[in-house]
Amino acid sequence: MNGPGDTLDSLKLGITKRYGNKTVLDNLELDIQKGEFVTFLGPSGCGKSTALSIVAGLIAATEGEIRLNGARVDHLPPEKRAFGMVFQNYALFPHMTVFDNVSFGLTLKPLSKEEIKKRTDAMLKLVQLTGYEDRYPGQLSGGQQQRVAIARALVLHPRLMLFDEPLSNLDAKLRVEMRAEIKQIHAALGLTSIYVTHDQAEALSLSDRIVVLRNGVLMQSGTPQEIHDRPKNVFVADFMGFRNFFKVRIASVSDGIAEGVGDGIRIRARAGSVVRADADMVMAIRPDDIRAGTEVAPGTENIRGQVEVVEYLGREQEAAIRINDNTRVWLRTAQSIRMADTIGLQFPIDKVVLLPAE
Amino acid sequence: MRAVANDEKNEFDALAFFCLLPSLLYVLCMFVYPFLYGVYLSLQPQKIDGFSFANYLAFFSDPYQYGTIWITFSLAIPTTIVVLLLALWLAYGMRRGIFMERTVTTILIMPISLGVILLSEGILGFYGSQGWFNQVLIGLGIIKEPFILTHNYAGVMLALFMQQFPFCFLMLLGYISGIDPSLERSARMLGATPSIVFRRVMLPLIAPGLAIAFALVFVMSFAVFPSAIMLGQPAGTTRTISIAAYQKAFEQYDMSAASAIAVVMGLCQLAALLVIILFRRRLSPAATMGVGKR
Repeated sequence: MNGPGDTLDSLKLGITKRYGNKTVLDNLELDIQKGEFVTFLGPSGCGKSTALSIVAGLIAATEGEIRLNGARVDHLPPEKRAFGMVFQNYALFPHMTVFDNVSFGLTLKPLSKEEIKKRTDAMLKLVQLTGYEDRYPGQLSGGQQQRVAIARALVLHPRLMLFDEPLSNLDAKLRVEMRAEIKQIHAALGLTSIYVTHDQAEALSLSDRIVVLRNGVLMQSGTPQEIHDRPKNVFVADFMGFRNFFKVRIASVSDGIAEGVGDGIRIRARAGSVVRADADMVMAIRPDDIRAGTEVAPGTENIRGQVEVVEYLGREQEAAIRINDNTRVWLRTAQSIRMADTIGLQFPIDKVVLLPAE
Repeated sequence: MRAVANDEKNEFDALAFFCLLPSLLYVLCMFVYPFLYGVYLSLQPQKIDGFSFANYLAFFSDPYQYGTIWITFSLAIPTTIVVLLLALWLAYGMRRGIFMERTVTTILIMPISLGVILLSEGILGFYGSQGWFNQVLIGLGIIKEPFILTHNYAGVMLALFMQQFPFCFLMLLGYISGIDPSLERSARMLGATPSIVFRRVMLPLIAPGLAIAFALVFVMSFAVFPSAIMLGQPAGTTRTISIAAYQKAFEQYDMSAASAIAVVMGLCQLAALLVIILFRRRLSPAATMGVGKR
């Protein structure tokens, strides 16, 4: 066999998955390089977990191929791929102790007992579970169970780590801690990882590259910063927390600045080369990028409206401001806002993104 | 390491007891009393005044009587093992669902709804020496003489198998499909082939279910009565212990001796259950900790 070797230099995906007439993954193409941390991000049902399972070999793609270092691996069963996987519900073997869980994969290899013990102990130390060897999974907390699950996969030195929403069963505080641990382990061991999540904060904080999926279609792929600041379409923008969308017609484009009119307001944004006048587009801005003041600064074009909803978020508040009969704008600010206040809003030109109409 | 705190209270809970009362009464009236009465009866032989072990001594000194214990075991144990292995194999194969699952399952469990007598009649007709089964094989020239599958040991085995299999299959299917499928996937990702997954992950988790299924199928098979008469040789090779008790009670009208035989039968079943329980404990001591269905 023209084998792919023991390490991962590159992983190339081009996969399609259909169930009957339903396409759950539509020719997902991706190149992953050694050491990268790639995240599949999207709402439930977007195909991200399916994609991960196909990479793992747990389900077969309908069409396409997976190439590891140039050699096809999509015909290999999961146990021959030497990938590690961490599951959402941990999937620890309930009838085995922590030690037996972690050493399970090692016992399937031709290794001596001493070697198995040495590697298992070292891995338990890495995930800070020394002293828990004889416990059963049912006697551990969620965070500890997830650390066992990670150790169990890592102890085999997998050439690729797959994470299937590993933190979604943990409480908010623990999730943030484990997130940091995963990132640290990824860097310390020089892993290559694919991570699946529906949580944009998780994706942003962990990834070198984020792949946003919707209904099995790749919507955008890029660095966290690109995805965060420059979403390419309404779906990605919506997912990344742009809460304000305005359907506009481009009134003019000059000096790289496009002016859009629609929904009863006039907004300006930096325009790329492809934007032309009279095009129907969508302009979007995050609630926290809008500047607000009860006093309308003279000389600037302002949008005014009345506060309709106030959500208290701790340090800040998020408020819905009625601009006209059809349009509300969401604003996030540390200033105090009260219901029925009249507020002036400014949309900083660099913060407004211009998106194709859906 | 932290000690696990024991918050359970040992106080008498009147409400809980009140709620428990109906089932407690049921067990007392329908099981404990008849059982104790049977034991009492068995110790008062017809021809002797006062308590005596005469019935038991008589049973264990007559090979025609104590031989039924061996006959019954030799029917019940092989039946139970065959039923269990086949049901396990089929249920394991169907654990993730199969094509036309409902139809297949319905067909498999059909015999439960038919009742023992109808089933036995059917087996007599179908597998008898003049039945379709042998006629077809002879007609096709595969065999010259019919297989003798009725009125012998094989006939009773066949009937027991058909009665017990659906029940056992359903039980194991429920048990196995209740095991988290990601356990299997994670084992595969750790390098285990399907056979290693079965041996090291699934089987230990199925074991408690297998033990329960074994116990139930065995107890029911051990009490075999109608099919042993209809499909077997009730005077010879398939004279099971329940037939011996029946004959004492309703042919010789010796209720006391019949009770003694019934008590022996119960003790045999109990002994087998104890063996299962001990075996289970040794097999995987951890399985007492909420393994399997969660």
